[in-house]
Amino acid sequence: MIPAEFEYEVAGSVDEAIELLGSREDAKLLAGGHSLIPAMKLRIARPGTLVDIGRIAGLSYVREDGDGIAIGALTRHQDVATSELLREHCGIVAHTAGEIGDPQVRHRGTIGGSVSHGDPASDLPGVLLTLDAELVATGPGGERRIAAADFFTGVFETALGPQDVLTEIRVPSLGGAGWAYLKFSRRAQDWATVGVAAVASNGGAKVGLVSMGATPLRASAVEQALASGADAAAAAEHADEGAEPSSDVAGSADYRRHLVRVLTRRALEQALSG
Amino acid sequence: MTAVGQSVLRKEDAKLLTGQGTYVDNLHPAGTVFVSIVRSPYAHARINGIDVSAAAAADGVVGVYTGADLESLWSGGLPCFWPVSDDIKLVKHLPLATDRARYAGDGVAVVVAETRVAAKDAAELVQVDYEPIPSVTDVEAAVADGAPLVHDDAPGNQAYTWELVTGDVDKVFADAAVTVKERYRQQRLIPTAMEPRGVLCEVNAAGDVTVITSTQGPHIMRTAYTLVLGIPEAKIRVIAPDVGGGFGSKLDVYAEDMIVIGLARKLGRPVKWTEERSEANVATIHGRDVIQEIELAATAEGKITGVRTRLRAAMGAYLQAVTPGVPLLGAWLYAGCYDVQAYDFHCTGVFTNTTPTDAYRGAGRPEATYAIERAIGALARQVGKSAVEIRRLNFIDSFPADIASGLQIDSGDYHAALDKGLEVLGYDAVLAEQADRRAANDRKQLGIGFSTYVEMCGLAPSRILGALRYGAGGWESLSVRVLPTGTVQVMSGTTPHGQGHATTFSQIVADRLGVEVSDVEFLSGDTAVVPTGMDTYGSRSLPVGGVALYHASEKVVAKAREIAAHQLEVAADDLDYEAGRFSVKGSPDKGMHVKEAAYVAWTAHNLPDGMEPGLEATYVYDPPNFSWPSGCHIAVVEVDTETGDVQLARYVAVDDIGNVINPMIVDGQVHGGIAQGVAQALWEEAVYDEDGNLLTGSLLNYLVPSAAELPSYELDRTVTPSPTNPLGVKGVGETGTIASTPAVVNAVLDALEPFGVTDIDMPTSPERVWRAIQEAKR
Repeated sequence: MIPAEFEYEVAGSVDEAIELLGSREDAKLLAGGHSLIPAMKLRIARPGTLVDIGRIAGLSYVREDGDGIAIGALTRHQDVATSELLREHCGIVAHTAGEIGDPQVRHRGTIGGSVSHGDPASDLPGVLLTLDAELVATGPGGERRIAAADFFTGVFETALGPQDVLTEIRVPSLGGAGWAYLKFSRRAQDWATVGVAAVASNGGAKVGLVSMGATPLRASAVEQALASGADAAAAAEHADEGAEPSSDVAGSADYRRHLVRVLTRRALEQALSG
Repeated sequence: MTAVGQSVLRKEDAKLLTGQGTYVDNLHPAGTVFVSIVRSPYAHARINGIDVSAAAAADGVVGVYTGADLESLWSGGLPCFWPVSDDIKLVKHLPLATDRARYAGDGVAVVVAETRVAAKDAAELVQVDYEPIPSVTDVEAAVADGAPLVHDDAPGNQAYTWELVTGDVDKVFADAAVTVKERYRQQRLIPTAMEPRGVLCEVNAAGDVTVITSTQGPHIMRTAYTLVLGIPEAKIRVIAPDVGGGFGSKLDVYAEDMIVIGLARKLGRPVKWTEERSEANVATIHGRDVIQEIELAATAEGKITGVRTRLRAAMGAYLQAVTPGVPLLGAWLYAGCYDVQAYDFHCTGVFTNTTPTDAYRGAGRPEATYAIERAIGALARQVGKSAVEIRRLNFIDSFPADIASGLQIDSGDYHAALDKGLEVLGYDAVLAEQADRRAANDRKQLGIGFSTYVEMCGLAPSRILGALRYGAGGWESLSVRVLPTGTVQVMSGTTPHGQGHATTFSQIVADRLGVEVSDVEFLSGDTAVVPTGMDTYGSRSLPVGGVALYHASEKVVAKAREIAAHQLEVAADDLDYEAGRFSVKGSPDKGMHVKEAAYVAWTAHNLPDGMEPGLEATYVYDPPNFSWPSGCHIAVVEVDTETGDVQLARYVAVDDIGNVINPMIVDGQVHGGIAQGVAQALWEEAVYDEDGNLLTGSLLNYLVPSAAELPSYELDRTVTPSPTNPLGVKGVGETGTIASTPAVVNAVLDALEPFGVTDIDMPTSPERVWRAIQEAKR
C-alpha cells in the first residue's frame, strides 16, 4: 500500500506535459489514477516521475465533431456514461463506461487513462476497436490520429510514444444501428472475464472482444461469416478463432473460448434485432 | 416501555460514521518508529543467510533484525492454546523464522525505521539467501506417501488425530437399508476484516508495557504476551481501541505483536506496525480448508440412523492459538438438527506449507452444517423424497434434546422454522415457476436450496472446555457501577469489533435499573479499565457476557433494595420494585429510585450496619450449556445454463435465536453472516499455485462480494427462549455464515437437477457450473 519513491509534477498544458515526459526519467502520465496508483501501491509500477495532467483545462468534453463524436481524454467515465450526446449517437460507449469498475472508479477514472493504459481486460478499448474509433495523440511532432486497430499493441502497450499525450477519442455516430456490449464478470466491480461488443453494420456486424488475448481483438471470422450470410448463432461459433485467451483465477482459456461464443451470439442477437 | 426488544439506534455510529473512530493506525505517540516485516516469497525454503547491511545503511533506518537476532526475546515461540490430543505435535513457531521458512509470507526479518515509508523501502534491501525446497499446500497431497515434510518432527505431516464415537456405529451401518457417502471440499478462505491488523507498543521508564492492538481479545493477549515474552502480566496493559472487524482472525496471537512489543522494550521507543491489505492475505490466519467425507445410514424411508464423518483439516504451517480445535467446534454437529442413534466423528489435522488456519466466523460449525445439509440432499435423492419431506422425517422434535454426539440442545422448534420459511418464500409458487422453466427448457433454470441448521455457540461451559483440553475457561465478567448522580457504567470483559455491544448491553441495564439507554456508558477493551474478561468470539458476547450483565445488574438492585429499605425504614421484603423504583407495599407514594440509592451509597452517611459504600457489582458467569440457535434458510438461484453464471435471486432466513434484545442489530448480524456464507458458496477461494504462491493475494482476485452481488434478504424469526439463561437469549454472530453456504449450493444443485448434476465444488464459479453441466451431458 506504500508506493516506491517518485517525483511529482503538475502539467499546466499538453505542451508542458510533453516537455516533462521528455525531460524526466521514467515519467508516467497521471490522469484519474485508478489504474496507475493501485499498481504503484503494489510496487508493480515504479515510475520515476508522475506528470499529473488532471488539471489541464479543456480536455474534458463530449461534443459533435463532423460526422462523429469527440470525447476529451480527461472526461471521466461517469460523464461519458451519462452524456446525452453519446447516448443518442453512440450509445455503446456510454453504456460501456457505465459498466466499468464501481461508482468511485467511474467518478475518478478517465476515458483517456483507461485507453492509454492498454489493459486487454479493459472494456472501452474493445468497444473503440469495434467502432473503428480514432485516437488523437499529441507529441513533440504535433498532433496525429491513430486508428484503434493500430493503437493497442500488447499487454499494457499502445502506439503512444514516450512523449505522447492522448488528448481525444473520436467515435462515429451510429445512427440507428443496433449495438450491444456484454460484459461477463464474477462481481459487478471486476474486469471482464470476457467482454463482447457488437455493432450492426451493412447488414452484418462488427464484433470486438475483451480479455481474449494480449490486446482487444476484432472477431474477424465472425464478421466474415455474417457477411457470407451466416446467422448469429452460426457466426458466433467462430468467435474464438485466432484468440489466445489466458488462464487465470477468473477462468481457464477453454472456458473463455466457450464463453466468448455464447456472448458473441447473444451480443449479435441483441445488436441485429436493432 | 422496556428497552429490550426495541431497535434502539446504535450509540456507536455517530462517532464511527463521522470519522471519529480511533483505530490503532490513527495513533502516533511522539517518537514512534515503524516496523516492516520481510516475508518469505517461497512456500518452503532453507534460510542460508541474511545480509542486512544495505537495509541497515538506508536512510531513516533504526535497526534491522533477523530471527536469530531476536530469538532470545521469545524462546518459547507462539502459543497454541488448544492441544486437542495426546498425539498432537506442538511444533515450534517462532515469530520470525530462523532456519526455514514454511509458507509464503512467513516472516524472516524485520526493519525498524523512523517512517513507515523508510521501513518499507529498506525491507526491499534485505538480502535473504533462500534455498527453496519441495513444498506441499494441498491437504490430501500432504498426507500422501513421500510428501515433503513441513516439520521434520511431524511424520506424514500429521498434526493430530481426534475422534468422537457414540452408539454402535458399525451395526447401525450394517443394518441400514440405505447408505449414502459423500465427499466435500471446504475451500480455504481469507477472513478479510475491513481494518487490517495493527499494533502499537509503548514502554515507560518503570517498565510498564502498553500495547494498543487491533484485537478481539485484549485479555487473552495480555496473558499470551506474558507467556511468550516473559513480561510480568501485571505490568502489561492491553488496549483494543475501535476495531474494524475480525471474524475470528483477530482472536489470534500473532508474531507481529511479539515483534513490536519486543522491539519497543529493546529500543525504548514506541513501535508500530500496520498491516497492508496484500500482507493481510498471507500473514493473517485463513479459515476452513478441510476435506470431508460423510456417510449416512438410513431406513428405506430415509430416516437417518447413523452418521460417520472423516475429516482432513489443514492446519497450515504452524498451530496458531486454537488451530487444532476448530474442527472440534463442529464435531458434535455432523448430524445437524436430525435425530440419529449412532455417531462417529474422526479428524486428522494436517500440516501444509500455507498460512496457518484458525477460527473464522462459525469455526467448525459451517463445515459441519454444510456436510449434513448437503448429505441429506443426497439421501433425499436416493430415497425419492423432497428436500422438505426428508427434513421433516428426521427433525429432532422434543426439547431439551440429548443428541447422539453427547450434548444437550437447550430448545428449538425446527418444524415451525421450516413452516415459516416456506410461507415467506411462497414455496408452491416458486416450485411452479421452476417446473415451468424446466418444461420450457429455459436457458435460465431456477434452483431452490434448503439449510435447516442448528449450531452451538455462546462459548462456553468451562468444564466442557476443560474436558476438551482448551487452555482457558468460557466464563465472562461484567461489572455495573451506578455513579453518584445516577448514570451507569458497564465494564465488560467482552469487547466489540463491530457488534454493537454498547447499545445492546445498555438496553439490558436500562431495563434492570430503570434508567435511560443514554444514561449507560459502556466501557471495554482496556485491561486497565476492565481487568478481567474472556473477550469476543464464538457468538458469546450476549449469551455469556449479556447474561453476566443481567446478574450483575440484579446484584446492584439487591443492594439498592437494602439501602432503600433502610432509608424507608421498612423490611426489604416489603418493597415492590418496578422500572428502577422501590416502593413500599401498600404505600406506593413512599419510595426510592435506584439512582437515589446510588447517591446514598456514595455519601455513606446512613447505610445499613456493615454495608460497603458505593453501588456497584461484578458477576462472573459461567454458562451451564452452549446456546443452540437454529432455523431455516432458503436460497433461490437462477443459473444461466450456457455460461454457468449463478445469480442469487432470493434469500429467506428464518432464525431462532431465542429472545431478541435489539432486532435491528440482530438483523445486521444476520445480513453480514449470510453475505459471508454466500461468499463461500459463490465467490471466495484462496488459491495456491503448484509452487505454493498465493494467487489470490489481493481483493482483485480474492472475490469478496459487495452489495451489488447480493439480493435484499427476506428475514423472519421464530422464538424459543433458551431455558438455560434468564434472558432467554442465544448467540447470533455466526448463524448466517453457518446456515447459508449449504442453502446456496443445494440451490445450485437443484437448478442443475435436469442435467443430472449431483455434486459440485465450492465456490460454484461459472466455470465449475459449466464444466459440471458438460460432464453430466457426456
